[in-house]
Formats: sequence, structure tokens, C-alpha cells
Amino acid sequence: MSRRAKVKRPGGGRLVVLIPYLWLIAFFLVPFVIVAKISLSQTAMALPPYTPVLDLAAGWEGLKQFAAQLSLDSYALLASDELYLRSYLKSLEVAGVSTALLLLIGYPMAYGIARSPRGLQPLLVMLVVLPFWTSFLIRVYAWINILQRDGLLNDVLLRLHIIDTPLAWLASDTAIYIGVVYSYLPFMVLPLYASLEKIDPTLLEAAADLGCPRWKAFWRVTLPLSWPGVAAGALLCFIPVTGEFVIPDLLGGSRTLMIGQTLWTEFFSNRDWPVASAIAVALLALLLVPILFYERLQKRAIGETP
Amino acid sequence: MEAVAPPLVRFEAVTKRFGALTAVDRLSLDIARGAFFALLGPSGCGKTTLLRMLAGFEAPSEGRILLNGEDISAMPPHVRPVNMMFQSYALFPHLNVEKNIGFGLRQEKVARREIAARVEEMLALVRLQGYGRRRIDQLSGGQKQRVALARALIKRPSVLLLDEPLAALDKKLRAETQFELMELQRRLGTSFVIVTHDQDEAMTVADRIAVMDRGRLAQVGPPAQVYERPASRWVADFIGEVTLIEGRFSAPGIMQTLIGQVRVADAGVPLGETVWLGLRPEKVSIGGEKPAGDVNAVAGTLHEAGYRGDMSIYKVRLGDRSLMKVAVANTGTRQRDFSPGDVVWLSWPADAGMVLTQ
Repeated sequence: MSRRAKVKRPGGGRLVVLIPYLWLIAFFLVPFVIVAKISLSQTAMALPPYTPVLDLAAGWEGLKQFAAQLSLDSYALLASDELYLRSYLKSLEVAGVSTALLLLIGYPMAYGIARSPRGLQPLLVMLVVLPFWTSFLIRVYAWINILQRDGLLNDVLLRLHIIDTPLAWLASDTAIYIGVVYSYLPFMVLPLYASLEKIDPTLLEAAADLGCPRWKAFWRVTLPLSWPGVAAGALLCFIPVTGEFVIPDLLGGSRTLMIGQTLWTEFFSNRDWPVASAIAVALLALLLVPILFYERLQKRAIGETP
Repeated sequence: MEAVAPPLVRFEAVTKRFGALTAVDRLSLDIARGAFFALLGPSGCGKTTLLRMLAGFEAPSEGRILLNGEDISAMPPHVRPVNMMFQSYALFPHLNVEKNIGFGLRQEKVARREIAARVEEMLALVRLQGYGRRRIDQLSGGQKQRVALARALIKRPSVLLLDEPLAALDKKLRAETQFELMELQRRLGTSFVIVTHDQDEAMTVADRIAVMDRGRLAQVGPPAQVYERPASRWVADFIGEVTLIEGRFSAPGIMQTLIGQVRVADAGVPLGETVWLGLRPEKVSIGGEKPAGDVNAVAGTLHEAGYRGDMSIYKVRLGDRSLMKVAVANTGTRQRDFSPGDVVWLSWPADAGMVLTQ
């Protein structure tokens, strides 16, 4: 690694390395700093609807004055009002349960694809990705049709005599889980497939040769080797689902408040930009926990075994 | 006593078909206890399929496989008392060296302390003491090969199967490892069955070789027998180098060929039948003058000369335009120099030639 670092890159090569950093600075770091700044402000009946407003024209004095007016009031509100805590917990619950469901459904799917004949695999992977060809919103709206009182699901269940009266699917946690699992399945299946597909089938023969029946070889060899895929898939689903807004808003009930909806309400209905920003910053801090955990696991996998 | 005991492994008219392809064709073969047995043949001859059927990864389409007299054809691989060392080694990348080696014992619910002791024993056996905690990707190719060997041996299998075990090693390491394998096999007394396409390797390590061709056995015997008395032209050509000369016996011990009359040790072949005389390059001498004495001698022009250090290889064009290959060990420091175009004399004693009828 250190040897490679010493290799002199031509100027063009260094520029190429800069591009992702510039991108991250322009579209992640700068907006984040702005949001963090707003989260430290107070609401005001003004445009923009918060104070203080940083006036760079006032120079050093203006900056000092601005800094003096910043406060942690919004964060204090987050901590004191139970509504926010409940929203965060609900989001984590929905994300956790959804991720577990996605793993339960996605793992067998990915395993099945990875064990299919080589020639068939690209087609199956394409079928998994196929829903992306339609807009996400349209697909969620389609679920409203399926799940509503006289929708497809109740219709089928009634005809099969599984139920006698139509069930209220919509506006429930079940509907949210259906929507989330459906929408995020490709994000779970693809990394799982990528890691399962890489496993050399000879390893399973070796396990059998050394006395492992098939099911045991799965626990001892396949599952541990697919762990990077499990972690990547879980992270790819857990993090965006925690901040999910569209699915709970369209399919969930008014009583289910996930943090995304709370944030939306603060921002658009209450016009409380500082609290909305504080929610976003706190959410980011919350989601750093699983990301750092994953990073540590990866480092341990790369580093030496103790 | 040996006569009554069943052979360790017996293939009984085993056939294996993959769709329209017959990989192994009604093959019968016995492997004796304690043998170092080589399955040798070109790629696609069915040798690996035969080994995989013995390991249990493939089921025979027809026929039976017996181990210690017991039919194991339908036994799944995880209960067979055989272990395999894979060509790719198939080491578990998520486990360290010691867990890889101990994997087989862990499946048998052997006590932890005993596993540790036997892993240590195996590490010593393959000279990898102190490497137990290493990760697999921290090992060199030769070390991986040893770990794979130790992992396959730890369960004390009745037969150790080796699928091209040295193919991934470089030439020098391969030669060393061949002798190590032989020593290991002698020390443990375990029967080894090795699959290889490398005839030098098979001849070096094995005490018995089965030469396979298109799903059938071409010849089974000790290396020297397969080399010196091949059963067919195909075997003679596959094992080592050979120059084949067509002819027929005109009298016992006298063969008429396109390069003239040669004397051959009588093989009991009826007179007049088409046979082939096979000559190994190292059995033929080359010289500038017609040799005196009781040998066969033909003149030819040197076509090509190759110096290989330990030996020199000559290709000589004979009277019938055919080429004969001659190998001379460079025992002295002084080189006898022949250049292409020189007239040379080739000679060999009557018993140096092999008479091949098939």
C-alpha cells in the first residue's frame, strides 16, 4: 500500500482522484453544513423562516454576531418532546423488521439464482431489477390499488374463501412492510447474489468430503462466506428505510409516524426549519452507528485473525 | 492371506454417462491396500470422473464401487471413509489454517482438546508448525498445498484421493513435493490414489499406474512395466517418447521394416503379421561411424539437434524419410558435436526394441 502511494501519478491521474471528493464536497458536505447551520437557528416569521441569517457582507463582526445567536434549542426540543423519540423508535422498528423480512425473503432468492445454471443467471438477475424500469411512485400507488378494501388482494382472498369479509390492509403497519419489502428487495438480493455467486462450489464438495451433510455445509461454509453480502444488503436496506417517507405516507396509517413524516410535517406544515434540520442531523448521527459497525466488521475481516 | 482379503477398492464394470457423453465405460479395476496408485491419462479420459465417483461426488450410471468389500456406490460423500485433496485445494477462506485442518474432526464431534492435539500432529507432519493461526490468503502456494494435504489426512481415511495435487506448483517445488508425498505415504501406510495427466509425476510417485484412454483402461501395471512393455502403441506414445517403426517378422527374431532388417527379441508374434517396433530415444546410441558388434545399426542424416544440459536430443532422418528421436545423456564434459546435415549412425541392441501388436 505504502509502496503504491509513492508511485508518482501524472497530473491527469490526480485530477481523476479529485472528482469524487469534489462531488462529495459540493453535493454532500456543503448541503450538510447548511442543514446543520439551520438546525442551530430559531424559527422566525421571515424569509427565510429562521434567524440568525449569516450576512457575509458584514465581515468578521457579522460572523461573530451570527455565532453568538446560534443555539441548541431545536435539539433540546427533540430531546424533551416524546413525539420525536417515538418517531425515531418507530423508524428503527420498521427498518429493523423490514430488514429481517428482506433477509428472509432475499436470501433464498439470491441463493436460488446463484445455484441456477450459469446461462440462466443474467436473466434472473434482470427479472429482479426489472421493477426499477417503472417509477417508484407508480409502483407504490399500484400497491394502494392492490391493498384497498375492494382491491386485488381482498378479491383473491375472498374468492379462495380464505376470508369472508374484506380486510383493511391499507393504513396499517402491514401495508408499510409489504411496500418496503417489495420496493427494497432488489437492494437485498443483488449484494447477496454477488457474494453467493463468488463461492467456489468445490468448497461445498470439500465440506461434504470432510463429513458435512448439505444443510450443515450451508451453516459452516455458505453462510459465513456470504456474510459480506448479508451485511451490505442489510445496510443498503436498513439505512434508507429508516428515513423512508413515501411508503409510510402512502400506505401507512396516520397513526404510524416514522421520522421521515415527522420531518416533513415540521418542514412543510409547521414551517419550523430549525427543528426539521435538527431531526435530519440527529437521524444522520443515528445512522452512523450501523455504518461504523459495518466498517469495523469489514476491517476485522481484512485484518489479521487474532 | 492377501489372496483372500478383498482389494481395498474395486470398480466393477463401472460406467458413468453425462448426457450423451460416456466419461467412464464399463471399467473394472482393483486397488490394493497400501498402494500408491496413479490414474494417468490425457484430459477428458475419465480419470477425474473415476476419482469423483470414489469420493462420492458422482454416482456411477452402472456398475458398483466396493470399498473393503462393501458396496459404497449409493453412499453420500460425507459418510464415506475416504478423503480428497482437491486440485484447487478448496481451503475454506473464512477459516484459519488450524480450523481448516480440524474441520473434518469438528464434524465428528471430537473433543476440542483432541482436535487441537491432532491438528498439531498434522502441522508437524506437513512441516507447518507455527502456521496454525495464519489466514489462508497469507500462505504461499506450496503452504496451501500442505494445508490441503493435512486437512484430508486428519480423519485417517482408508484411501486418500489426490486430484492433480501438484498441478498448481512450479516445476522445482513439484519435484520436491513428489518425493515428500511418497515418503508420507510410506510412513502412514495409507493408500493414496492420485489423478494426474503428468506421466513423469505418475511414474515417480506411484507403485502402480492405470493408464486411461477415453473412459477405458489402456494398461495397468507398475511404472517400469508400463514404460518398458506398453500394451499398445497408444500407451507407448503417451508414456514417454517413442519412435514407432512398422514391419513384420520374416523369421523368429527377425523383423523386416522400411528401414531394413532389424533383429528384435522374439515376442512370439506370428510371422507375417503387421507389428510395430517401438524404440525409446534413450535406448538408441548415436555415432559418427558404423558401430561394431552385435547391434542393429542404421544410417541417417541429422535433422535437428537440441542441447538440454543434462541430455542432448537428436532427430535423425532415416532412409524411409521417417524421423527417429535419440536422447543421449551428457555424462562427460566433452561434447560430441553433430550438426544438422551430418551423416550419423544409430544403433541399438536387439532387446532394446519393444514389439507392439496393437
